[in-house]
Amino acid sequence: MRFSMVLPLLGQTFKKPFTNKFPVKYAPNNTTKLLQAVGEGKAQIVPPIETPPNFRGKIQYDKEKCIGCKLCIKVCPTEAIEYKEKEKKIKIYLARCCFCSQCNDICPTNCLSMGNEFLLADTDKHSKDLIVD
Amino acid sequence: MSPKTTKTTYTLPIGPIHPALKEPVAFEFEIDGERIIDVDVSLGHIHRSIEWAGMRRNPIQNLYLAERICGICSYCHPMAFALAVERAAGIEVPERADYLRVVQAELERICSHTLWAGVAAHEIGFDSVLFLTWQIREKALDLTEYLTGNRVTKAITMIGGVRRDITKDMIPKITETLNYLKDNFEKLRHVYLDDKTFKMRSQGCGILTKEDALGLCACGPTTRASGVKKDVRLDQPYFAFNDLDFDYVTPDILTGEVNGDVYDRIIVRLLEVKQSIELIEQCLDQMPEGDIVSEPKIAKLLSTLKKVKGEGIGRMEAPRGEVFHYVKLDGNEYPYCWKVRAPTYSNILPWIPMLRGEQIADIPIVAASTDPCMSCTNRVAIVDADKKYELNKEQLHRLSVEKTRRLMK
Repeated sequence: MRFSMVLPLLGQTFKKPFTNKFPVKYAPNNTTKLLQAVGEGKAQIVPPIETPPNFRGKIQYDKEKCIGCKLCIKVCPTEAIEYKEKEKKIKIYLARCCFCSQCNDICPTNCLSMGNEFLLADTDKHSKDLIVD
Repeated sequence: MSPKTTKTTYTLPIGPIHPALKEPVAFEFEIDGERIIDVDVSLGHIHRSIEWAGMRRNPIQNLYLAERICGICSYCHPMAFALAVERAAGIEVPERADYLRVVQAELERICSHTLWAGVAAHEIGFDSVLFLTWQIREKALDLTEYLTGNRVTKAITMIGGVRRDITKDMIPKITETLNYLKDNFEKLRHVYLDDKTFKMRSQGCGILTKEDALGLCACGPTTRASGVKKDVRLDQPYFAFNDLDFDYVTPDILTGEVNGDVYDRIIVRLLEVKQSIELIEQCLDQMPEGDIVSEPKIAKLLSTLKKVKGEGIGRMEAPRGEVFHYVKLDGNEYPYCWKVRAPTYSNILPWIPMLRGEQIADIPIVAASTDPCMSCTNRVAIVDADKKYELNKEQLHRLSVEKTRRLMK
């Protein structure tokens, strides 16, 4: 056929869009106001598509299990992990983390794991959400 | 007496920053009316010193640094690095890991080629095809995320194997996605190869002859579209490619003739998508049981690599062509030398014969037809343009010899 896209495009008019309209269908005029409204329960967010199993999201740290062996610091490609001398525990700066999960693999006590959370954008790189300890 | 007017050519600079370019590269065209007489390409606008940074990190950290050389070849670069380190350290890779590595490599080829096809459609102004192609590509990305944990930065490579296994319960999802891709492949082929708009813009445009492709050392789909049978997977098989049944993809399989134009490059890439689907299926059928990594304890692996003295190369057929890594370990924690040659490096010079004689409007599609990736290629940054510093061929050759001697010490 000479113009092979004509039929698929006409068919598309009657189909639902392929894209998931996350977080809202149309871009809001004011993002802060939208977030406030969501917080108060006045507006609703279109949920994101679910992550698959074994997704590499925000890192989880079990402080009790950690023995302070510093192996994770040795393999971290982005130097996102800081060692706390006094407590002999670690502190992870997610603003630097590249989500490779290499520290999970090397940890001898399995105190690190990857979670499902991925909405981590923030204006402050030292905000509470971006530091795991 | 009226002054005489003479017809002259004029220069048209495009880049380093230009809306038609995805990445910074500077072209200088000599134009006569609408036709391109000559082209000059200058690089060096996005140098990131990754090799330098790699010589200050241990091999495990370098895997993730190598992954960031290219966003689309984010599997080939760490894998080529791992191959180089394995060769230097004499690490044997388990057979199952070899098959798993093929699955990931071919999945990346599917993602990369469909991405390129969408970009090519966009460059000729056919944006509805871009959306159709990327809708199909989304399924391949979902599979990548399912197998590796993320869509783009896969983090699946490990020296001596791979990090994640494909278990039996994963097979249904993989076959489902592969069947979806196969069903939609015919749709894509029909749009790209039979549509009049594509034929008008791509046939006879940006021709690279077989002689030029051989002489300028083009690699990957660019050279195969000109009829050169060159593919690292077949020429020097790595991973499990030796046991798999496949052949060089050249455009004459489909059309019976080789023109070396943009249309042929579209054919080669689309046929390679089909070939990759078949290769993954073959791998899933033939995959033996066993370990997926030769040394599961990473701390132990790191201490062995610390003692290694030697050098190694890693060659792989990335989606854009041959990627080459050279690593020298000298018994320290960090590599002594790391050299990366990305496929685009060989595909820059072929731009010149391709673009000569074309029209200005064909520049985007011809330039995009080699699937260029500038930031992978750049090795030098020019900081101060006023102080001119130029090296001729002899000086460059001398520097190269000196560097080789330094490495041989």
